[in-house]
Amino acid sequence: MAAPRLFRPAARLLSSRPTSAPLRPAFRKPVYASLAVRSQGYATESGTKDVTVRDALNEALAEELESNQKTFILGEEVAQYNGAYKVTRGLLDRFGPKRVIDTPITEAGFGGLAVGAALAGLHPICEFMTFNFAMQAIDQIINSAAKTHYMSGGIQPCNITFRGPNGFAAGVAAQHSQDYSAWYGSIPGLKVVSPWSSEDAKGLLKAAIRDPNPVVFLENELMYGQAFPMSEAAQKSDFVLPLGKAKIERPGKDLTIVSLSRCVGQSLNAAAELKQKYGVEAEVINLRSVKPLDVETIIQSLKKTGRIMAVESGYPMFGVSSEILALSMEYGFDYLTAPAVRVTGAEVPTPYALGLEQLSFPQEDTIVGQAAKLLRL
Amino acid sequence: MLSRALRLPVACAGVRGPGRRSLAHVTNVPDIPTEEDRTFSVPIAEDSFETYEMDPPPYSVDITKKQLRQIYHDMTLIRRMELTADGLYKERKIRGFCHLSTGQEAVAVGIEHAITKQDKLITAYRSHGNTLMRGGTVKNIIGELLGRRGGISYGKGGSMHMFTEGFFGGNGIVGAHVPVGAGIAFAQQYTDSGSVTLDLYGDGAANQGQVHEAYNMAKLWNLPIIFGCENNHYGMGTSVERASAMTEYYKRGQYIPGLRINAMDVLAVLSAVQHGKAHVTAGKGPLLFEFLTYRYAGHSMSDPGTAYRTREELQKQRSNDPISNLKERLVEWGAFSEDELRTIDKEVRKQVAKDAEEAEKMPVPENTPDVLFEDVYMRGSEPNQRRGRTIDETYYKG
Repeated sequence: MAAPRLFRPAARLLSSRPTSAPLRPAFRKPVYASLAVRSQGYATESGTKDVTVRDALNEALAEELESNQKTFILGEEVAQYNGAYKVTRGLLDRFGPKRVIDTPITEAGFGGLAVGAALAGLHPICEFMTFNFAMQAIDQIINSAAKTHYMSGGIQPCNITFRGPNGFAAGVAAQHSQDYSAWYGSIPGLKVVSPWSSEDAKGLLKAAIRDPNPVVFLENELMYGQAFPMSEAAQKSDFVLPLGKAKIERPGKDLTIVSLSRCVGQSLNAAAELKQKYGVEAEVINLRSVKPLDVETIIQSLKKTGRIMAVESGYPMFGVSSEILALSMEYGFDYLTAPAVRVTGAEVPTPYALGLEQLSFPQEDTIVGQAAKLLRL
Repeated sequence: MLSRALRLPVACAGVRGPGRRSLAHVTNVPDIPTEEDRTFSVPIAEDSFETYEMDPPPYSVDITKKQLRQIYHDMTLIRRMELTADGLYKERKIRGFCHLSTGQEAVAVGIEHAITKQDKLITAYRSHGNTLMRGGTVKNIIGELLGRRGGISYGKGGSMHMFTEGFFGGNGIVGAHVPVGAGIAFAQQYTDSGSVTLDLYGDGAANQGQVHEAYNMAKLWNLPIIFGCENNHYGMGTSVERASAMTEYYKRGQYIPGLRINAMDVLAVLSAVQHGKAHVTAGKGPLLFEFLTYRYAGHSMSDPGTAYRTREELQKQRSNDPISNLKERLVEWGAFSEDELRTIDKEVRKQVAKDAEEAEKMPVPENTPDVLFEDVYMRGSEPNQRRGRTIDETYYKG
């Protein structure tokens, strides 16, 4: 059986057809001079420096606020309080209350308001303190933002970015520990992004803000304080990563591990352990984008390694991993030398007690163990 | 502040809506000019408004014969278009949902004649009349209802989802578009546009939590918005008394000044919205209008509209018809003869029949992946591949 056709060149993306004329009048270009970007971390000889995910996000926000007057950020505690997780630190001082706006704690209301502002031609960045609270506004994200362009026959754009921490944090129990990647990933009309490193955070957030469609940007609270080396190119204000493109974080030939967000780091550690313990070379793919999903990169890797494992912290049923396994079968069945497997969160509301919480989410040894089993080591 | 309206015995008090009222005291319009463009003043009945923490609008409007003719024409056009849609639905040519606004025409028309194209409007799913007023045509609206490629949303939206410049739909989730409307007003404020957003919703939606979230932010940030509750007495089949603990919807903004308007009188709507727009665009903050009106049809085409109201009630409301009300006054004032108005009726009837016929002749969208997948994302930013029903139907772009 031949694998179905899959690969088409992606190069024409964003250049193939002229963007439809903006329906609402454009704003005038920003006039004020560019402000110096705050220096962060420590420079090294190669020009890279260590930057935390939090600061990378902050830098992306600042750069986009600076370059586009239509952009503003609103959400709970984003202004005077400097952000519940300090992602928006300093933005109020720099851009003023017109563009950095504290909202009441009414997600449906300010989520809907942000969508309305986008429909009217602005480019809002709507911060949810966490995506758990965005469930109050999920109707606005899906019905008002994602579907309007299609329903209007393409005459009503909605350029908006919804962002905030997603997934579980430490010891915050069931209502504050859910991963929504699969929820938003299933909706046509949305783009869904899930960064892992600081470069991801900056390059993808800038891309999300610039993308003319509604984008859901899923951060992770446990990653905010983590520092990553940032290349010289990534430190510049023109650094943008493409949406819909995965990144091979670690090349390998024996096993493909597809992961996203915080689980990418765990998968990399697991890959190092697999190498050390068994001499196995695992290839680790950082999805970066949940929707569109980079099927091409995943399947090419699968063809190379013959084995695939998906690692995520969301619920197992109908999730991101389920989708990757289904795609593996649809596009890569003939290349698989073993059944595709997945490591996911457990099918349980997140418990509070530490030990039980650990049992609910992938740990590095869970990943190593599952990989060893897959490889019959 | 004690308004004039509050001191008067109010005929439209109570949620049952405006009864038929005597027009005797407003028939006295002196010196109607013969010129079409000369402005003159026409009176509005004293029982047209009830106020909450605000002064009432003027009890007269300055208007020209041309405008009056246009207003009459527009209301007649909406009525005729809706009745035509009704017929097409019953012929099974319109699919799915179809919510008619017969009886409520004075709201859409009165508002449009009080605002400009720079102002914005958003409403719920009973939106055909608003679409027409905001720049849609009978042909592309009926075309949309028929699912034609030449429909206003290219056959992708249907009855509930039509958009034009300055008109943000056509929204199908009860109450959800109300904060969206606040966002449109937010953008107007952000860009110093000096224009206003009319954010319309029904008495049913008025009980949704996010409507109150929108009130709060609008007042907090002084947004240039008029919330407009179209009270047609029934949220689907549930009467206002059975759904709302307090049915004076114009007072439900609490900290937002409100106005209840007899919306069976298009000139009262016009005066109120002109007044409201001046207030809001002067930076005095949002207003909450309640348009007391009546829905002749059922909630949608599947509802005959008889299970929850009496024939007598419907009959009584029909005798207070917004189009007849205006027609009667125009003739009494001597602005137009009955013949002149009858001519408009005939022309409208002819035009709608012709437009509907042409709409029916428009082709349906081609059943191709290109049409199916177009406009899910903005052109030029689409994903490389999207899945169809099977892997073989996967759609590649780029």
